Amino acid sequence: MPSLDDLKKRIKSVKSTQKITKAMKMVAAAKLRKAQENAERGRPYSQKMQNIIFNLTKSISDPENAPKLLVGTGKDEVHLCVVLTADKGLCGGFNSNICKLAKSNFKKILKDGKQLKIITVGSKGLDQIKREYGKFIVKKFSFKDKKQISFNEAETIGNEIISLFDNNEFDKCFLFYNNFKNVITQIPQAQQIIPTKNTTYDIKEGDSFSYEFEPEEDEILEDLLPKNISTQVFKAFLENAASEQGSRMTAMDNATRNAGDLVDKLTINYNRSRQASITKELIEIISGAESL
Amino acid sequence: MPEKFTVEIISPNKSIIKVETTEVVIPSYEGEMGILKDHISLITFLRPGKIKIKDTNKIYYVEDGTVEFSNNNLLILTSTAKDLSEIDKNSLQALIAEAEKKIMDSKITDKEKYLLSYKINTLKSINQ
Repeated sequence: MPSLDDLKKRIKSVKSTQKITKAMKMVAAAKLRKAQENAERGRPYSQKMQNIIFNLTKSISDPENAPKLLVGTGKDEVHLCVVLTADKGLCGGFNSNICKLAKSNFKKILKDGKQLKIITVGSKGLDQIKREYGKFIVKKFSFKDKKQISFNEAETIGNEIISLFDNNEFDKCFLFYNNFKNVITQIPQAQQIIPTKNTTYDIKEGDSFSYEFEPEEDEILEDLLPKNISTQVFKAFLENAASEQGSRMTAMDNATRNAGDLVDKLTINYNRSRQASITKELIEIISGAESL
Repeated sequence: MPEKFTVEIISPNKSIIKVETTEVVIPSYEGEMGILKDHISLITFLRPGKIKIKDTNKIYYVEDGTVEFSNNNLLILTSTAKDLSEIDKNSLQALIAEAEKKIMDSKITDKEKYLLSYKINTLKSINQ
């Protein structure tokens, strides 16, 4: 049975933790609004970009000579996985959800006898992955010192991916990130970016147009595809940023509530043992008086 | 009165403008291009230059981008679009100097040279 003093101290410490989590929740809520706006504003760009590429692909005259970024190398040997996570913790299952999905994919890739290469973005993902898959990591990025991630950072990663591809370092590339659905739901996702695969769009035949190209379609594709990679990475960044804040907000909200529950419980315990000691003293006094 | 079509400029961060207009002039890779309603479906690139949107009197400076026209929807995807009225004259000078320095570099390809020369010309014309 803890003494009254101990209980008092614990209540105090839980209360101060509660204050911190409450503050973090509020900060996350404020940041979330901005991040969510950014994510929503960034969506049209990446969507339209995919759309254009899709239209281009349909009208390409000679699929055999199409750029490799679009159709792939024809092999399926080496998989490159880009895992995007946050640089900060205390955001619930955000980082571990991405890593869990990534790891289950790694396992599958290795089981199928294929080669695996990993690029990590964000230090939290690196920490979780390097324990088991450290030897597969070829490159790690962290933008800890950046306050807000801009298109430039996405381009750095995009260029890295492309230069690896140009050196025939891998055949397929996947992005792992959390898709922001709403504040409480974020869905970890694996998106294939090389070769470009159209999963999000289902355009009916009637929607196709014959386009006029200026310059030739191959030239356009050659320029557009690398750009598309950076755009997709950037989109993943934005979705991730919004998801991180959303996830943190929910986690901190839960923590605050749990702390409140704990304080209530401890207070009851405290009052009970205080009452017990008073009763005990009273009994002692009364029985002392009686014996006189 | 000529009929209108929609023009939309989107950057990775946000949608910059979406308006109805009768004519848009874009600095396409192979030359300036005026686009009216019912233009044939088109996909092209931009070189450095100015996008002029009629009816709104808005002019944007761009360095690169992708343009798609289909179903009377002009879509301009660019990460460099800037409203001309928001460009700071001082930074303009720096940009011109930087571009001029780059064009003197003998290592750059003809394509880059071509793009840079347009960049310098456009920036100078804005600076006047």
